[in-house]
Amino acid sequence: MNDYNFAYLDEQTKRMIRRAILKGLAIPGYQVPFASREMPMPYGWGTGGVQVSAAVLTPDDTFKVIDQGADDTTNAVSIRRFFEKTAGVSVTEATADATVIQTRHRIPEEPLREDQILVYQVPIPEPLRFLEPSEIETRKMHSLEEYGLMHVKLYEDISQHGAIATAYAYPVKVEGRYVMDPSPIPKFDNPKLEMDAIQLFGAGREQRIYAIPPHTQVVSLDFDDHPFEPTKADHACDICGAEDSYLDELIVDDQGGRMFMCSDTDYCNGRRAAGNAGTQSIPMEATE
Amino acid sequence: MYVAVKGGERAIDNAHAWLAEERRGDPSVAELSVAQIREQLTLAVNRVMAEGSLYDADLAALAIKQSRGDLIEAIFLIRAYRTTLPRFGGSEPIDTEGMTCDRRVSATFKDAPGGQVLGPTFDYTHRLLDFKLAADGEVGEVPTAEHADGSTPHIMSFLDREDLLQSEPAGDETPPDLTRTPLELPADRALRLQALTRGDEGFLLGMAYSTQRGYARNHAFVAELRIGAVAVELDIPELGFAVEIGEITVTECETVNQFQGSKTEPPQFTRGYGLVFGMSERKAISMALVDRALRWEELGEDNVGAPAQNEEFVLYHSDNIKATGFLEHIKLPHYVDFQSELELIRKLRREAQASSCDTTAGASGGSLSAKMKTEAAE
Repeated sequence: MNDYNFAYLDEQTKRMIRRAILKGLAIPGYQVPFASREMPMPYGWGTGGVQVSAAVLTPDDTFKVIDQGADDTTNAVSIRRFFEKTAGVSVTEATADATVIQTRHRIPEEPLREDQILVYQVPIPEPLRFLEPSEIETRKMHSLEEYGLMHVKLYEDISQHGAIATAYAYPVKVEGRYVMDPSPIPKFDNPKLEMDAIQLFGAGREQRIYAIPPHTQVVSLDFDDHPFEPTKADHACDICGAEDSYLDELIVDDQGGRMFMCSDTDYCNGRRAAGNAGTQSIPMEATE
Repeated sequence: MYVAVKGGERAIDNAHAWLAEERRGDPSVAELSVAQIREQLTLAVNRVMAEGSLYDADLAALAIKQSRGDLIEAIFLIRAYRTTLPRFGGSEPIDTEGMTCDRRVSATFKDAPGGQVLGPTFDYTHRLLDFKLAADGEVGEVPTAEHADGSTPHIMSFLDREDLLQSEPAGDETPPDLTRTPLELPADRALRLQALTRGDEGFLLGMAYSTQRGYARNHAFVAELRIGAVAVELDIPELGFAVEIGEITVTECETVNQFQGSKTEPPQFTRGYGLVFGMSERKAISMALVDRALRWEELGEDNVGAPAQNEEFVLYHSDNIKATGFLEHIKLPHYVDFQSELELIRKLRREAQASSCDTTAGASGGSLSAKMKTEAAE
């Protein structure tokens, strides 16, 4: 190997993507159209994130891929292997060791640093899509800063359910201008969107790239009397005992018994290595 | 004690190994060669070339073999390969009048210069299973004829001479390339046709059929359908003229459509156009009908709200590689989103139940005091 260029895409394509990324960084939260390429993995499976990662990776980078917070979910494995093969970059599961992290549906629990890039896979980049199916209309709404429809939707949620009934892909306003879809991360992760690292969002099928530069103001939409509330399961991790991490719920027996564990596998492993334990943890050696 | 599910890597390797075994099938049955697929499953190869947007019968046949006959998977393989190919330039527009026609029929004129040529069509076969084919597929002597020399004029050109047909403005500008620039709407006709020719055959068939059944009916006649080989010429800057670099087989369909006239246009015929790689007749006709339906605005027709008139709807949903990828991605884990929904629904139910018990709470069930009480109770 290698019949393909470094990180698969040819340099002209990478240049085109980098331009879109720079434009996105210059206009935080704005969806930049880009000529998304057909990738050797299916649309909807991370082609946007893969193209953004391919455009920012350098041979010296250390790459980490998570899906649902975990490094060992099948599609995360598949994407990590793709870059191991086409870019030969070193890979890691340790959040702190990675320089580029591609993610689907989660922000790592460990705060990211200025020298790191977080790349999101985005299925539907348009936060207004489920209120207005037409792209022509939604682009117009963004350009006019016409977000009334979104506020009406949130208000209707409150009048119907007593709370805003959006649990993931919770809309945010970036730097006081663009309403943005943070990708389907749980709203628990929304406060982390203000961070030190660069955040890049790639939507391959929908041909859009957008970005949040470091230290950018990101506000989850809410009302004064119904403030935004990040939520998680009201438990501690049964493996590492963490009370501050987002949890997966697992069904563990035929009677429907449940247990909870960190969705961020690296965070969980790190805590256990540091000697923390949950109600159902077993000594680390035994899990090998 | 719980040990988290691990082993994504091994699972993937094993799945791939099993897939390869299934593709091969029973090893006591002879393996299919790529040449056999290319020669004997030609129409499948044509569809893969058309929707894969790559004219290479051998690669299409290989993709069909690799995909176990799943044509959308084969198209995907071709698209992913195509995207890595360098571009040397754009060809001159192909001259379909100069086509060596294997088939050429018109539904509007009984005869016309060039004649009607049925060609290798299923049209008048009786759809009876040929059990003899199960044992022996060899064919005997087949009558042959020479191709007529020279060009075969388009049927539409005769209507054009009488000025009965809406004229299509000629243009020299290079059409935009759907695969190199992001699709932005409104799209011009060249871009729409580009999207339609690589669009899913089934999707276009359904859309076209819907226009026939009254959702933006446009009364289409097949003025001409022709299938055959045309030369592809490339302008070589160093030479200063175009040279023929090869030949491709295409299917071209021109429909003539009634048009009552509008505020801006006198009554005249209008056209729909379909052009597809290979012998892909159903697709070419569907494309022409959908093309015509999408032209409502330029012709000053009413938008009756039919799906086939909606450019954004048609163009955003015709690509089967995008559609299948996004559709099938819901197989991927969504633990995190589902978990957040689970918590939300539990919370909303708790609150709804608490407020229905609590007569002092507001009727909406959502008053802040009721909510705080429920939370305090946990």
